[in-house]
Amino acid sequence: MSLLSNTATLLGKELRTEFRSRELLTTTVVFILVVLILFSFAINPTSEESREFGPGLLWLAILFAASLMLQPCFLREQTNDTLSSLRLAVDDPFAIFLAKLIANTLFLLLTEILMLPLFAAFYNIPILPKLYYLLLVLLLGSLGVSVAGTALSAISAQARMRELLLPLLLLPLLTPVLVVSATVTVSLLDREPVVQWKGIGFLAIFDLIFLTALWLFGDYLLEE
Amino acid sequence: MVKRVIFGTLALLFVIAGAYAAFFIAPTERTMGDIQRIFYFHVGSAWAGMDVFFVCFIGNLLYVWRRDPKYDSLGVSCAEVGLVLTTVVLITGPIWAHPVWGIWWTWDARLTSTFVLWLLYVSYLLLRSLIEEADRRALLSALFGIFAYIDVPLVFFSIRWWRTQHPAPVFMGGEGSGLDPIMKKVFFFNVLAMHIFAAFLVAERYVLERTKHEVELLQHEAEA
Repeated sequence: MSLLSNTATLLGKELRTEFRSRELLTTTVVFILVVLILFSFAINPTSEESREFGPGLLWLAILFAASLMLQPCFLREQTNDTLSSLRLAVDDPFAIFLAKLIANTLFLLLTEILMLPLFAAFYNIPILPKLYYLLLVLLLGSLGVSVAGTALSAISAQARMRELLLPLLLLPLLTPVLVVSATVTVSLLDREPVVQWKGIGFLAIFDLIFLTALWLFGDYLLEE
Repeated sequence: MVKRVIFGTLALLFVIAGAYAAFFIAPTERTMGDIQRIFYFHVGSAWAGMDVFFVCFIGNLLYVWRRDPKYDSLGVSCAEVGLVLTTVVLITGPIWAHPVWGIWWTWDARLTSTFVLWLLYVSYLLLRSLIEEADRRALLSALFGIFAYIDVPLVFFSIRWWRTQHPAPVFMGGEGSGLDPIMKKVFFFNVLAMHIFAAFLVAERYVLERTKHEVELLQHEAEA
């Protein structure tokens, strides 16, 4: 049970830190907005095309934004030299990861929910018909991004050129998330929407596999 | 030293014999013609590459578990050799595909996952070059190697199920697949030859890495 209470305390800390400044959220929202607008300049889509390509672009924007947003996750602890005290404070270091990845998932989801109406308006795609399923896909996809991203940001924080390194490590690893969530989103936003349960299940399995890997190997990522 | 020379000569002889068999013994394929002969090297290097990456994964796991720098050397040697073999695959593939399919590249599951695999191991080597401290480099790259390796089947299936345009596999495929008996012999001989060659390269690279490690240790001692 100490894992849960530790995680809850640390999650509180992560959320407090962020909501004091809201730096990450503001920059990520603006970043996604910029990318979405630039995409529409680059391809100038008709409404049929945007149904087909829009979801892919949305997910690509989310992935890029996440690879920037996850940067400070462990870096902040390192520059403030708080990582070792964090480690001493918890029984199981997995709590640190769990708190950070839940916080990151929440931040990502929040930016996505803020972006979704703008995306719908810019690309002329109605999102309401299957909104709940769309939110489910966003949740599972963002969870996958955060799990893998939190693990890798612990790695990249300890290397040189970390700002460039994290996207390089993370983006190829997230290929399955991008492929599946983009495809599932396309069929949700289609004129005749279909819920692809197989894809949703796949995303859940991706999340589960990387969570397990993080649970098994997380300890080693934080070794001093 | 003698052992290494014998091993090297043996590997070379096998590769030459394999090439001879592919060019002069194997019958010409009915529809594709001579270009099909590239298949012996292409699939040979692909299989050898996959197996080398598997050894890399085992080396990474063993390093995390035992913390013996030997396993780190094994990991980096395998990653480099695997990368070379995968590069051969990615170059010979399009050479074959262009005359046969009429295109250089298609985003099929095997091609795409090989490419993502290649990218992941490029990132692995890049990560290694960006961490100075030897122990930390070994541990963090081993962990990244583990994450990367578990990602590969996920990449493969996500693309196979959601992005298909998929030529039926020649082996273990349905009816109508399969090889002429002589082709089969030449093929498996080439697979064997590529494995021996890959093992030789890994062994050489491993010796080099061990020597490098020793030099680093001696330098440390000299400085201290």
